[in-house]
Amino acid sequence: MSTKEAAPWESPTSGESRSRSLTICRAQREAVDWEMANDDRVFMMGEDVAGFGGVFGTADGLGDKFGLDRVIDMPISETGWIGMAAGAAMEGMRPIIELAYVDFIGVCYNAIVNHAAKTHFMSGGQFKVPMVLISGTGAGYSNAAQHSQCLHATLAHMPGLKVVSPTNAYDAKGMMHTAIRDDNFVVFLVHKGASGVGFMGPLVQTSLSDVPEGDYTVPFGKVKVYKEGTDVTLAGVGLAVHQAIESADSLAKMGISAEVVDIRSLVPLDREGIIDSVAKTGRLVVADEDYHSYGLSGEVIASVIERDASIFKAPPQRVCIPDVSIPFSRPLEYSILPLEKRITSAALKTIENIL
Amino acid sequence: MSLPASIRRSMFETMVRSRLWDDQLTKQYWIDKTPVFAFGAGPLPGELHTSHGQEPVGAGVCAALRDEDMITTGHRPHHIAVARGVDLKEMSAELFGKKSGLSGGRGGHMHLYDKRVNFSSSGIIAEGLGPAAGMAFARKMQKKSGVALSFLGDGAVNQGAFHEVMNIVGLHKLPFICVIEDNKWAVTTHKSMSTACERNSDRAGNYGMVGEFVEGNDPESIYLATQRALERAKSGEGGTILEIETVRLSGHFMGDPAGYITGKKSEYQVDPVPVYRARLIAEGILTEQEASDIEKVVGAEVDEAITFALEADYPDAADAVNCTFA
Repeated sequence: MSTKEAAPWESPTSGESRSRSLTICRAQREAVDWEMANDDRVFMMGEDVAGFGGVFGTADGLGDKFGLDRVIDMPISETGWIGMAAGAAMEGMRPIIELAYVDFIGVCYNAIVNHAAKTHFMSGGQFKVPMVLISGTGAGYSNAAQHSQCLHATLAHMPGLKVVSPTNAYDAKGMMHTAIRDDNFVVFLVHKGASGVGFMGPLVQTSLSDVPEGDYTVPFGKVKVYKEGTDVTLAGVGLAVHQAIESADSLAKMGISAEVVDIRSLVPLDREGIIDSVAKTGRLVVADEDYHSYGLSGEVIASVIERDASIFKAPPQRVCIPDVSIPFSRPLEYSILPLEKRITSAALKTIENIL
Repeated sequence: MSLPASIRRSMFETMVRSRLWDDQLTKQYWIDKTPVFAFGAGPLPGELHTSHGQEPVGAGVCAALRDEDMITTGHRPHHIAVARGVDLKEMSAELFGKKSGLSGGRGGHMHLYDKRVNFSSSGIIAEGLGPAAGMAFARKMQKKSGVALSFLGDGAVNQGAFHEVMNIVGLHKLPFICVIEDNKWAVTTHKSMSTACERNSDRAGNYGMVGEFVEGNDPESIYLATQRALERAKSGEGGTILEIETVRLSGHFMGDPAGYITGKKSEYQVDPVPVYRARLIAEGILTEQEASDIEKVVGAEVDEAITFALEADYPDAADAVNCTFA
């Protein structure tokens, strides 16, 4: 995370909206800042958000700016305060809550899926639950099985919640604006490795982008084509998208033209956008740092097949975490991550199959 | 302290309404469920947890509330919903899965919502506490009046959510009342076998809350205790854990023969409705004739609600896929 950057409210005001290169966590935080400044209903609640600014920098400076009544530190009682957020949303507030690691959904899954997600349905639309749950996902830094998961499918599987996961700063800010303004419960997941938080090491360059200072929205349910190509579609979410971009570069050196599709919104899922790309390339690799079975990768492939099984020139491939817990030791962990080499091999497999 | 006669009569009427509604539901419930019992059979399908015996809690607490107060309940919500004034016809229609039900037949008996009277439910034990505390929190932030109440059974106190939420209520001095209905049974497990302390209200001090235990399943003591809790909440003194001694006269759900209760009936396990009726007559608050008239009028109202539900249309099947998102 860039620490030299002046806080937005300290920036000199200019008549036109400038844009700067930002990290994901800083960009998404700008959207939270803007919405809190412009909407009294919006408040932030979570562990270590007020003074510390969120474990992953998502609330940096917001406690100082808005005060402890609107940026609220909570005890380690997630089922309690996530349930509270749902109740506050039912009473007309728009809470933004942060669960630092998505792995912790185990202790508050009921509040998430049985309350926040189902109340609108079960009440026949009488109660809306407009809230945003921010959480960090992902492995790659030796934090082992309970602090490294993605778990987006575990959430996306449940009806009644939207699940998005931006992979660059521009999308992160625009999608955060969209999330806060949505009348539904939105889970906003960012891969820790791409978020730009200081203690995750070097920045992922492809996660940085020019971000306008003003507010803007990026709609949910639309894939983003990072790189156009004609031979194989590399579709992914989170950090795997950045690995797919590297893979596309490697493939290009072999004369293979790969199209990189960032899914970025799991619910709603842009099935049409994915199908459009595969219709062009005829080959599909899904790169997903969630578990292999019963997940996003299978959902994406099934969605294409359901539409037109003849679209594939070769069997689709999945590059995911095999169905094992994430190991601590670096060689063990790296062997199971959906890294560039595995994605490239899978892409070559789809090509070789017809050569 | 003696309560105004109008409140006492009104609480009796509420208890009668809840009881007669539950009696009618019980009758409807067994249609097509014999000789082979199946939860899903008949015009009133699903699990059904009636409130027989717990009527004084709903009547006593809700009589003390104001329109702006908010309620979440659990899986046994009838007596509270009736006392809160949830529309009886629409609630009946909801239980029968009809289109004109509170939620268009999406919720059913354990998931009752009526935004007009700030009423909602959770079928998951103790998990209505968080949403209720959040509602109190919202009102505090909005600088609007309103106290949130969450009803749960004594068995629910052993859920983690109880301790998490009570701590936050105490920490933030939220306008909140936790109403524990102590009917001594967590499904089939007796309180003595599940709970390390005799009175859960004793836990309140550890959460920075006030605890009160209300004995006797008496709507008037319950009303007065609720008033005290409301005063504390309104004056910024924070939350109360109100544990109310009551009785579950039926099994856990309809169809539960409750054999495990035999021989363990405590001496107070008596039906509170005739007890309160006799008391009001003895104390000159009602005449026998007036009590009968209330029962007759309320009975007709309940019959009308059940008939409304039976005659109502089912929702269009195609509507199942709607309403997941706003």
